[in-house]
Amino acid sequence: MSLLLLVILLLLAGVPAGAARAHAPDGRPLVYGLSAGACAIGGLAALAAIGAPPATLSLPLGLPWIGAHLRLDPLAAFFLVVVNLGGAGASLYALGHARHETMPQRVLPFHPLFLAALNLVVIADDAFTFLFAWELMSLASWALVVAHHREQENLRAGYVYLLMASLSGMVLLLAFGLLAGPAGSYAFAAMRAAPPAAGVAGTVLVLALIGAGSKAGLVPLHAWLPLAHPAAPSHVSALMSGVMTKVAVYAFLRISLDLLGTPSWWSAVLVLALGGATAVLGVLYALMQHDLKRLLAYHTVENIGIIFIGIGLAMAFRADGFAAAAALALTAALFHVFNHSVFKALLFFGAGAVLTATGTRDMERLGGLIHGMPRTGFTFLIACAAISALPPLNGFVSEWLTFQAILLRPDLPQWGLKVMIPTDGALLALAAALAAACFVKAFGISFLGRPRSEAAGAAAETDRFSRAAMSGFAALCLLAGVLPGALVDVLAPAVQSLLGARMPAQLGLPWLSLVPVAAARSSYNGLLIFLFLAAATSLSILAIHRFASRAVRRAPAWDCGFPDARPATQYTADSFAQPIRRVFGALIFNAHETLSLPPPGDTAPARLTKHLADPIWDALYAPVQTVVAWAAETLNVLQFLTIRRYLAAVFIALVALLLALALWQ
Amino acid sequence: MTAALLVQGADMALVVLAAPLLTGWVRRVKARLQRRRGPPLLQPYRDLRRLLGKEAVIADGASWLFRTAPYLVFAFTWVAAALVPTFATGLYFSWTGDLIAITALLGAARFLLALAGMDIGTSFGGIGASREVMIASLAEPAMLMIVVTLALIAGSTQLSTVAAFMASPAGGPGVSLILALAAFLIVALAENARIPVDNPATHLELTMVHEAMVLEYSGRHLAMIELAASLKLLLSLSAIACIFFPFGLLTAAGGAGGYAVGLGSYAVKLAAAGALLGVFETATAKMRVFRVPGLLGVALMLGLLGTLLLYAGRGL
Repeated sequence: MSLLLLVILLLLAGVPAGAARAHAPDGRPLVYGLSAGACAIGGLAALAAIGAPPATLSLPLGLPWIGAHLRLDPLAAFFLVVVNLGGAGASLYALGHARHETMPQRVLPFHPLFLAALNLVVIADDAFTFLFAWELMSLASWALVVAHHREQENLRAGYVYLLMASLSGMVLLLAFGLLAGPAGSYAFAAMRAAPPAAGVAGTVLVLALIGAGSKAGLVPLHAWLPLAHPAAPSHVSALMSGVMTKVAVYAFLRISLDLLGTPSWWSAVLVLALGGATAVLGVLYALMQHDLKRLLAYHTVENIGIIFIGIGLAMAFRADGFAAAAALALTAALFHVFNHSVFKALLFFGAGAVLTATGTRDMERLGGLIHGMPRTGFTFLIACAAISALPPLNGFVSEWLTFQAILLRPDLPQWGLKVMIPTDGALLALAAALAAACFVKAFGISFLGRPRSEAAGAAAETDRFSRAAMSGFAALCLLAGVLPGALVDVLAPAVQSLLGARMPAQLGLPWLSLVPVAAARSSYNGLLIFLFLAAATSLSILAIHRFASRAVRRAPAWDCGFPDARPATQYTADSFAQPIRRVFGALIFNAHETLSLPPPGDTAPARLTKHLADPIWDALYAPVQTVVAWAAETLNVLQFLTIRRYLAAVFIALVALLLALALWQ
Repeated sequence: MTAALLVQGADMALVVLAAPLLTGWVRRVKARLQRRRGPPLLQPYRDLRRLLGKEAVIADGASWLFRTAPYLVFAFTWVAAALVPTFATGLYFSWTGDLIAITALLGAARFLLALAGMDIGTSFGGIGASREVMIASLAEPAMLMIVVTLALIAGSTQLSTVAAFMASPAGGPGVSLILALAAFLIVALAENARIPVDNPATHLELTMVHEAMVLEYSGRHLAMIELAASLKLLLSLSAIACIFFPFGLLTAAGGAGGYAVGLGSYAVKLAAAGALLGVFETATAKMRVFRVPGLLGVALMLGLLGTLLLYAGRGL
């Protein structure tokens, strides 16, 4: 606990250091080195604390009659591992990557501040500390989103983000207010001791879904995420997508499964429905993008959906008293939390390297990067395969565990759950398959094929710090996929602390298999699959090169006899997604194409125009925007009144308030 | 243990060795139905030998991915095929992965092949990869729904356990099982690029999916991809056979007689399935590519229906 406080203090010390030394040559290594070191210590301390009993600490800070309560329990410790692993990786990456930063004074002070806030949210044990850290996290990341404030798009992203962040903070404030009750006991321990009545609990749960869900990117509150995450510098994008969304998941878990006690079954249906919708819509949105970083941001939405499916299952099983099944579902969700923080950070690192090397995020101007950036390409490929849930990597394991939880089928009495759980299974399967399609597109268009612009052709490999961070995270993807039992065992105390049950211990099993319930029911052995794959591949390569031909001839591409040297004849990101756009997009995005052919004799080019609508933005955000704009326009007259009128307005307001008070009493 | 390992090794060798024969058999049946004499049964083996002996012609812009993908695709398919019970259940490593893992392993092979198709940067590679992932994005969820249905029936996702359950008296036919079989047949046609989804014999560029992806391959690389494709067909038919028609499957420890029965019935089942496939392909026309989602959507809905019936039917 004290070690973690030290880590937060170290990170906070980085803030003035970053501000003072922003333009000095030692500013970047100082701040990012400090952050990386602090996060590494924090991660190790948290890892050691997962199995330990909860530690608490009260500091005489904050509101005088409350103080600041901190608590490190297994759940918080697990999320701290995720936070600090991501933080250490991003800082290491930034050591090299941030060399290209044009405005270091707008990034350096906020990076450690953001990390400190992320740490503080997780160990907060009273509503005030929690909300303070939550807002600090929002503001620090907002500052990083608008770091490059001269770009119009970033300003808009920052504006939308700020609005959504304040909404989320406000809603969480209400939720904690309800939890604290009339006595106003803001410490989590007091809330835990006195769970609210069913009606209040339902309201708190919905508020938590809005407050934490909007931060995590649950549909339909996700709209800010694909704007804000890509706008920030790439190491911050990695932190926002990989870590901040997980802290939001933590907030939801803390409120829904810890502070509220046993959830009701309808709240589980709600979470399951939102999770399923988020998973499929997120990946469909991602498929329509051709901005590499925005595509990744939409995939964060999808993965949050998968995590919430796991949480929803855990809530459903818990509501009906199936503790072991709930433990399996929550383990799957937490496993995916870890996985996503690793491969999403890695993907953003890769996208950042591409952005630095080529100066663009537009996939239509990339291509062939695997030649110039082989290491980046390889690690990016690993991350693409991992996020597409392909064995033997880690993404497969968490989705497999989620399926196993769906397949448990305990005897649930509620019809809503009986229909919702298998439906979520289908949605999860659809999301996983579409994610694979999307990452074939992301990798295939950006890294394979021929360069679509000069910059892409001249791209060079990124620096060694970035490569080290990427290689480390790629190794983690493989490691967590090959030895999933180890991670499940590490997670077990966190699950136990929330649900009072855990998955059976895995590491003692023969061959290091993963067996959620019983070996006859289902088992998966990533290690053996990996070894078999490696053996089969090397065996076939060796046998063929030894006994058959090993001759190679380089020649122009065949292309059915009509090769065209122009790179523009390749498939583009948009054309690659066209079949899927046609199958799914017509319904959801009202996607259609119009073809305009000039009349015979006219030499004007023919045009194919693609139309896409964003139904959620149009139905939910655009009306709100219109109302707010109208209100602002109408109230604008108040800004230009004379002093007499202002005084009159103040007087009237005072009288009205006094009257109201008198009448109310 | 040594005997168990031997049986496992024999199974893995058997699937690789028998796969081209099955492909040759299907081609032969189709040729006879079209009143052609057709190539000899062993022609696929000769093709493989010829391709393996040739030099590989690789396009100028190809990266390392293009050259390693065929071996990886083969390895993923082989490992998946080794997890499917052929003549006996409960082989030594049969618990390594379940049906979900098998689906995902095939998905990984497809992922790599689609990437390899895009590596050269030709429009045919792109069109093939793009359509392949579109088909897969519907076929994979349908397959997973079938897995869920089977798992709910048999209480396990381990294919070996499922097959043993189906072979036992408890595994009688049911509505969900029939729905799952119908869905599985559609998915298997799509997964293996057969008519009506794709035509394995065509080289008419605009109608092909799988062939467009592998257009740039030659020599030993093409041989690996062809072998992997044969292996995948064998895998699909074996899976259908062991789940829905588990007659003769060796489910307990058996002597030489049991293995003989298992192998014999396996061969009969494969021959029958191959012949049926040949008949079906001859009798059906290929679909337009944008009608395929409708077909696969039917498979997905059948799978979901089977699951819902089982999930909700409990406690009725």
